[in-house]
Amino acid sequence: MAIELHPLEQFKIEPWIPLHIGGIDASFTNSALFMIASVIVASCLIILGARKRALVPSRWQSVAEISYEFIAGMIDENVGHEGREYFSFIFTLFIFILLGNLLGLIPYGFTFTSHIIVTFAMAGVVFIGVTIIGLARHGFHFLSLFVPHGVPPVLLLLLVPIEVLSYFIRPFTLSIRLFANMMAGHTMLAIFAGFVVGMGIFGFIPLGVDVLLIFLELLVAALQAYVFTILTCLYLRDAIHLH
Amino acid sequence: MPQLDLATFPPQLIWLAISFILLYVLMAKVGLPRVGEALLARRTRINGDLEKAAQMKNEAEAVIAAYEKALSEARMQAQITLRETMEQLNAQSAERQRKVVEELGKETAAAEKRIAQAKTEALGSVREVAVEVTRAAAQKLTGRDIDAARAGAAVDDVMRERV
Repeated sequence: MAIELHPLEQFKIEPWIPLHIGGIDASFTNSALFMIASVIVASCLIILGARKRALVPSRWQSVAEISYEFIAGMIDENVGHEGREYFSFIFTLFIFILLGNLLGLIPYGFTFTSHIIVTFAMAGVVFIGVTIIGLARHGFHFLSLFVPHGVPPVLLLLLVPIEVLSYFIRPFTLSIRLFANMMAGHTMLAIFAGFVVGMGIFGFIPLGVDVLLIFLELLVAALQAYVFTILTCLYLRDAIHLH
Repeated sequence: MPQLDLATFPPQLIWLAISFILLYVLMAKVGLPRVGEALLARRTRINGDLEKAAQMKNEAEAVIAAYEKALSEARMQAQITLRETMEQLNAQSAERQRKVVEELGKETAAAEKRIAQAKTEALGSVREVAVEVTRAAAQKLTGRDIDAARAGAAVDDVMRERV
C-alpha cells in the first residue's frame, strides 16, 4: 500500500505565461489567474448585480447590497463616521480576500491567500496606510497612541515599549493569521485526500473527513476574510481616534 | 515549502498590485456607487411612503373627527327639534283644551241663563196665576172682588215664606 503525500505541492507557483519586464519576473502564474478571477467574480457580483438599481432587488443585487451594508455597518460600528472615507478600500480588501479564499477551495484551484508574501503585502499596505492616516490627522500627537491612559509613570517605562512592539507586530500577525489558516486548511485537505486511494476500500473514511473539512474550510475562508477586515477597521479606529 | 521561494515573490506582488488596484478602481468608481444609489433610492422611497402613509392617516382621522362632530351635531339638532315639536304640540293641545273648556263654560253659562230666565218666567207666570187664583177664590168665598194689588201682595207674602 503506497501512500504518497505531497500536501505542499498545491502551493507551488507555476508560471503559465513567462514574462520578464526590465529583468523583473512578471510571469502570469496560477496565483495571478486566481487573483484576476477574484476581480472578475467580484465585479460581476457588485457591478452586474446592481446593474438595474432595482427598487425590489434581484438575488444578485441583494448579495451586492448585503455585502455593501455589511462592510458599511462594520466601518460605522468600529471606526465611526470618519471611516466612510476608506469604505471603498476596506470593501475591496474584504471581497478580494473572501473570493481568494473561496475560489481556492474549488478542486484543483489555487489559493493566493495561502502565500505569506501576498498576505504580508496586503497587511503591509494596511499598516503603512493606517500609520500615514494617523500621522496626517494627529501629527506628532499620534505617538500618544503608545502611552496608555491612567498608568503610573514608572510603569510607562515598561508599557510604552510593549505598546510600540505590539504596534509594529501588527502587519506580521495580520498576515500570518490569514496565510497560516489558509495553508493549514488546504494542507489538511490534501493529506486526507492522499489517503483516499491508498486506503483502498476504506478510502471512504478520509473522503468523509475531507467532505466535513470542506465545510469547515468554507467557514474559515469567510471568517478569516472577516477577521482581516475587522482588524483593519480597528487599526484605522486607533489611527483616527487614538484610543 | 513553496511559500518561501523568493523567486516567486516578484510575479505574485506584481499581479497582486495589478488585480487589487483594478478591483479597487472598479469598486470605487462603478460598483459601490451603483449599490449605494440603489440603497439610497430604496430608503428615500420607503421614507416617502411612510410619510405619505402618516399624512393619509392624519387625513383619515380628521375626516373621522369631522364625521363624528357632524353626527353629534345632528343628534343634538334632532333632540332640539324633538323638544320643540313636543312643546309646540303640548301648547297646541293645551290651547285646544282651554278653548273647549271655555266654550263649554260659555254654553253652560248660556244654558244656565236660559234656565234662569225660564225659571223667572215660570215663576212670574206662577205669581200671576196665583194672583188670579187668589182673586177668584176670594170672590167665590166672600163674594167680593179684591183688587189685583192686594192679591199680589198676599201672594208675594206667601211666596216669600215658601221660597
